[in-house]
Amino acid sequence: MLDIEIDGKQVQVPAGSTIMDAAQLIGVYIPHFCYHKKLSIAANCRMCLVQVEKAPKPLPACATPVTSGMKVFTHSELAINAQKGVMEFLLINHPLDCPICDQGGECQLQDLAVGYGGSASRYDEAKRVVFHKDIGPLVSMQEMSRCIHCTRCVRFGQEIAGVMELGMANRNMHSEIQTFVGRTVDSELSGNMIDLCPVGALTSRPFRYSARSWELSHRKSVSPHDSIGSNLTVQVKSNRVMRVLPRDNEEINECWISDKDRFSYEALNSGERLQKPMIRVDGSLREVEWNIALDYVSHALTDIARTHGGESIAALAAPSATLEELYLLQKLTRGLGSGSVDFRPRRRDFSSEGKLAGIPWLGLKLSEIKDLDAALVIGSFLRKDHPLFAQRLRQLAKQSGQVSLISVTGDDPLIRLHSRMTVSPADLTRALAAVVKAAARIKKVALPVGLESVEPCAVSQAIAESLLAGEKRAIFLGNVAEQSAQAAQLHALASLLATLTGARFGFIGEAANSVGGHVARALPTALNAYEMFAQPRQAYVLLGIEAELDCYNPHQAVAALQQAALVVMLTPFKHEAAPDYADVLLPLAPFTETSGSFVNTEGRIQSFNGVCRPLGDARPGWKVLRVLGNLLAIPGFDYTSSEQVRDEIVAPETVFVAGLDNGIGDLALSSDPASKGLQRIADVPIYFADPLVRRGAALQQTRDAAAPTARMCAATLVQAGLSDGSQVRVRQGQGEALLTAKADESVPAGCVRVAAAHVSTAALGDMFGPIDVERA
Amino acid sequence: MLTTESLKRIDREIAKYPVEQKQSAVMAALAIAQEEQGWLSSEAIEFVANYLGMAPIAAYEVASFYNMYNLKPVGKYKLTVCTNLPCMLSGGVDAGEYLKKKLGVGYNETTPDGRITLKEGECMGACGDAPVMLVNNHRMCSWMYPEQIDKLLAELE
Amino acid sequence: MAILGALNPMLTVGLDGNNDRDWRLDAYVKRGGYSALKRILSKKMPQDQVINEVKKSVLRGRGGAGFPTGLKWSFMPRAFPGDKYVVCNSDEGEPGTFKDRDILLFNPHSVIEGMAIAAYAMGAARGYNYIHGEIWEVYTRFEEALDEAIAAGLLGKNILGSGFDFELFAHPGYGAYICGEETALLESIEGKKGQPRFKPPFPASFGLYGKPTTINNTETFGAVPFIMNIGGEAYLEAGLANNGGTKLFSVSGHVNRPGNYEIPLGTPFSTLLEMAGGMRGGRKLKGCIPGGSSSPVVPGATMMDCTMDYDSISKAGSMLGSGAVIVMDETTCMVKALERLSFFYYEESCGQCTPCREGTNWLYKIVHRIENGQGRPDDLDLLGSVTTNIMGRTICALGDAASMPVQSFVKHFRDEFAYHIEHKKCLVPPDVQRAGSGFFKATV
Ligand SMILES: Cc1cc2nc3c(=O)[nH]c(=O)nc-3n(C[C@H](O)[C@H](O)[C@H](O)COP(=O)(O)O)c2cc1C
Ligand code: SF4
Ligand code: FES
Repeated sequence: MLDIEIDGKQVQVPAGSTIMDAAQLIGVYIPHFCYHKKLSIAANCRMCLVQVEKAPKPLPACATPVTSGMKVFTHSELAINAQKGVMEFLLINHPLDCPICDQGGECQLQDLAVGYGGSASRYDEAKRVVFHKDIGPLVSMQEMSRCIHCTRCVRFGQEIAGVMELGMANRNMHSEIQTFVGRTVDSELSGNMIDLCPVGALTSRPFRYSARSWELSHRKSVSPHDSIGSNLTVQVKSNRVMRVLPRDNEEINECWISDKDRFSYEALNSGERLQKPMIRVDGSLREVEWNIALDYVSHALTDIARTHGGESIAALAAPSATLEELYLLQKLTRGLGSGSVDFRPRRRDFSSEGKLAGIPWLGLKLSEIKDLDAALVIGSFLRKDHPLFAQRLRQLAKQSGQVSLISVTGDDPLIRLHSRMTVSPADLTRALAAVVKAAARIKKVALPVGLESVEPCAVSQAIAESLLAGEKRAIFLGNVAEQSAQAAQLHALASLLATLTGARFGFIGEAANSVGGHVARALPTALNAYEMFAQPRQAYVLLGIEAELDCYNPHQAVAALQQAALVVMLTPFKHEAAPDYADVLLPLAPFTETSGSFVNTEGRIQSFNGVCRPLGDARPGWKVLRVLGNLLAIPGFDYTSSEQVRDEIVAPETVFVAGLDNGIGDLALSSDPASKGLQRIADVPIYFADPLVRRGAALQQTRDAAAPTARMCAATLVQAGLSDGSQVRVRQGQGEALLTAKADESVPAGCVRVAAAHVSTAALGDMFGPIDVERA
Repeated sequence: MLTTESLKRIDREIAKYPVEQKQSAVMAALAIAQEEQGWLSSEAIEFVANYLGMAPIAAYEVASFYNMYNLKPVGKYKLTVCTNLPCMLSGGVDAGEYLKKKLGVGYNETTPDGRITLKEGECMGACGDAPVMLVNNHRMCSWMYPEQIDKLLAELE
Repeated sequence: MAILGALNPMLTVGLDGNNDRDWRLDAYVKRGGYSALKRILSKKMPQDQVINEVKKSVLRGRGGAGFPTGLKWSFMPRAFPGDKYVVCNSDEGEPGTFKDRDILLFNPHSVIEGMAIAAYAMGAARGYNYIHGEIWEVYTRFEEALDEAIAAGLLGKNILGSGFDFELFAHPGYGAYICGEETALLESIEGKKGQPRFKPPFPASFGLYGKPTTINNTETFGAVPFIMNIGGEAYLEAGLANNGGTKLFSVSGHVNRPGNYEIPLGTPFSTLLEMAGGMRGGRKLKGCIPGGSSSPVVPGATMMDCTMDYDSISKAGSMLGSGAVIVMDETTCMVKALERLSFFYYEESCGQCTPCREGTNWLYKIVHRIENGQGRPDDLDLLGSVTTNIMGRTICALGDAASMPVQSFVKHFRDEFAYHIEHKKCLVPPDVQRAGSGFFKATV
């Protein structure tokens, strides 16, 4: 620790700190633009110049390391003169039209200019004009004359997003931030550049000129989009969500959010919002009042339970439903006499059921990732499934952590990888088994039964070695591993590998309540999410589910729904397919219009309030389910608040839920060679993944929202008698889809990558498994 | 995109740097690409970027930072006249004016027959030879008084 | 060109500017070349002894800053386990400077030998010579010289069987003055824009590819073999105390024989001027920029009293810098001269620091409008204030380099600037200015 003095105040800081670090420690504000705590130091804006005793020149606080006994003056004449001088330079070419700038009111340059700027400009030459650019639907570069060249956006791309899409071209005062010849910015984290931009150069394209910052009220919320539970500030004007920004939480999302967290709010205001309950009358859906709709549902459910037995009813919830909704749904279903309730619609393999030691979770805290020496991720489209989790691994790899990947496509995670294996979905178990075997050999431990036919390759050997070196290591199972038909095998193998190597292991988790659903016990005692469609029921209650997009086998799910006597959907949206099978639509309040809780992948429970009133007659799910419970005369449904529901599930004041345990009981291991024939790989593209992002207008214009194609490597294309660009018919059982074939070397041989969660592929079957492709 | 000859030259440049530092060869590679094609199209820049495993925009940053790269097509000959102070004192500016008159074009313009693009340059580190000019970046011409300029122009067919 | 004259030459000893073979390895060896390296290697001279010899010579960096070379070398971490680099700065772009070009053209092996000795002394196994893009023929020639040295076993693995490895490569610049700044140069070798890095950390601890690196100017390295041959003290004595050795001066502008002259530090300016053939047309010296365009201009009369060494020039209010002597006679319009220099610094600013990016452009615009008869009465104060706001507030010294000419021109030739502003024209009639360049006269 070093002792230094800033503006007469003593402060102790660790060696290697900068003056800026030290000043922040004691709450002394030093003006700055280019400095950002999460980015490398550029020291280019020169706004943070301060006086240091014995230094003849002012020094940049952001870049100057402290030395013992240093005396810093942030407000001396020398410092203030330097800062004012820099401010004048920043302003000479900057448009001085704050009133018409979208950033007005929340501009760091504007704020500081008030303190450091002169009253009149001494510069009366023509100002620099920088041509606007189009870099895609999310981030606007309309006002590049406002850019002050701090390069935060460039450094963000290089360092945080892991891809350099923006750069500063040219030199001198013609320096310009731009993409490579008119390209778009496609990073799934791109919106953070808007926050980083201290002026109005990069702005939110959907938000631009729709409101002034001071008209917005700021409300806290939590993202429903992935298992991280990113903290949000939702900005509301006249009961309408206008903008979503990250809320700093170092333990969770740091200061970032992904683009889906940021831009999905457009769906909340979309014309597709369901604003009134609807009931099928004479074949078509008609709007009705709530009391009529609920009466209808309770009578119909009672009837069906009476005539066909409780087990003829099944309930399925989205894993992004709130903890309270999930809890009440399972309570209601059980009250009706059915054990067929689930919240994992994209799961196929349930053979670990009954063998789980506790609630599957990440296995460690998110904030512990940075301290790992090695990490292995199995079966994940990392960047697109978990943008911020991937970001943490990216930082880890940049430090000295070794990150390895076993995945089903060669997608670039933009992480410096230690090693990677890309195998077909059916080969995931063999690949993981090979690592297990390699680890067992290194440790000289007896090889587990069932893995005899596996032979470790150089890569599995390297992965095993990396998991055995260093202090802290972890193994993570991604969405594909959980959706896989061998999910239980993968779970057991990962568990075994963890035991062998001393690594922690866990699940990244697909959605906001992938852990919460377990906590809420929204788990089947009869038919699970797959079986409830494989064995069609008389009645279905769907909560936040769009069956043709959200299920493992949409073809089968829709068929089951179509034959059912009653399908009740609690949904925020009218959607195209619903008229086919839905009998009742109940307008469900989305996360911004209800209170509730999410339990993130590390088991952290985060409760939130609605940020605005429900739109139209939409109602919070917990209230709808409570009234239904009452109407059905199921005991224990007398809640007056969602907090009361929550307190019934977890003890008050809980931060991390109890019962987290990834242990799995004995499971026979097998590593049979992969089956023959073409296999489907279904990714769930980032902007198709849930009902909100599907309706985010701007998100839908990104490259990530491009319609699915049938992607195969050249060898597979040739084998199938196809070429890049052929129109093809892909078929799984009864279901088929017409797509364009695309050559893609990142897809393993013998596989076809056909995305799920899109209308064009909704008629298909299992996400993974056999698939036929033929020229259309 | 580039001839095998050019690729060979680029490979030779790459070999000068540690294996994981291929990007170090970007300046030479861009110069070689430009020598072959006369200017750096975005396709050429992207090709070089991919060849060296760097982001295209990073290669573009380089191509647009150093002023001997031509980001737009130029004439068969690019004539860069140094007009910086030391040259100016010995006729650099006059030489530029002389050329403008002879060629009928201004700085950053190309003669209608596409033969010569005239450029104003910064100090070339040859001030003792003033006035100096560069032909296509790599050939330096010293003591360029009217007579020598006339001779050079006659030679540049 | 070639080196036109020398007093007591070292770097240029035995060179004949008209002989096209002088640069070759055999010619260099005949002049005594590589004897220093051979001796050091065969004797396995301790690294410290080499550095001490350089320290004793008081060789000061010839790139502009004049930092003592031996001291710089001693900053390199001795026990560092990984790669270390020596880098030669031949990105000579400072207007007025053209000595490194001649050294590389006529005596490339002196630089190669100097770098090898430096690498030996600092334990580096790899080096790069960054060569200014505009002198392409020098780049190709230097590569030829490297090939010669490699073929002779003077570079590469296990040099002369000594166990010492040193690989040396040429890296091309391609048109950016700022890459002469040492950290911009490193960025440039790394394949990036040449944007200077903030220091600390200094290259000695975090240099090329993040590894310890020492950067010296071409002439600095070129002097090393001679120091090792004649001994540090003898080298020092060739010049003045605190100003060791001889130095190449690039004389340009209004003289009869512009060119490079090697003279002992401390030689009177008038001697140098005489060597360069005296003032063109016998005209009077109006002003002189003694150390490259970034050094403050010195009025003619003051200059005539100076000797060419760091201390004397500093006393005259300027800097010896890179030793580029720009001579201006009375046909020179000082406003136009400054305008051209200001344009240069604006054009060459790398663009990262606010004061430099914005300020150099502002300075140019002000001087430009004065030159074009649109100056305003308070423009001279404004120039003063803008330069004050740039100087000392940027990452690298380009901000200062842009400001010093402005301040010194306005200071020493204020009347001429005021005249421009008031009368909207120049004190020196246009035809007189034109005559000064000698461009058209040269044909008749
Ligand atoms: C803007 C700027 C331009 C420079 N240009 C050169 C140059 O062209 N050649 C050079 O040797 N040093 C140049 N320098 C100085 C270098 O940064 C560095 O000090 C020098 O190469 C060190 O070598 P030396 O100690 O042998 O002089 C420049 C410095 C600045 C700030
Ligand atoms: S002072 Fe100018 S040239 Fe130097 S780093 Fe700053 S902007 Fe670049
Ligand atoms: S914040 Fe320090 S220079 Fe920009």
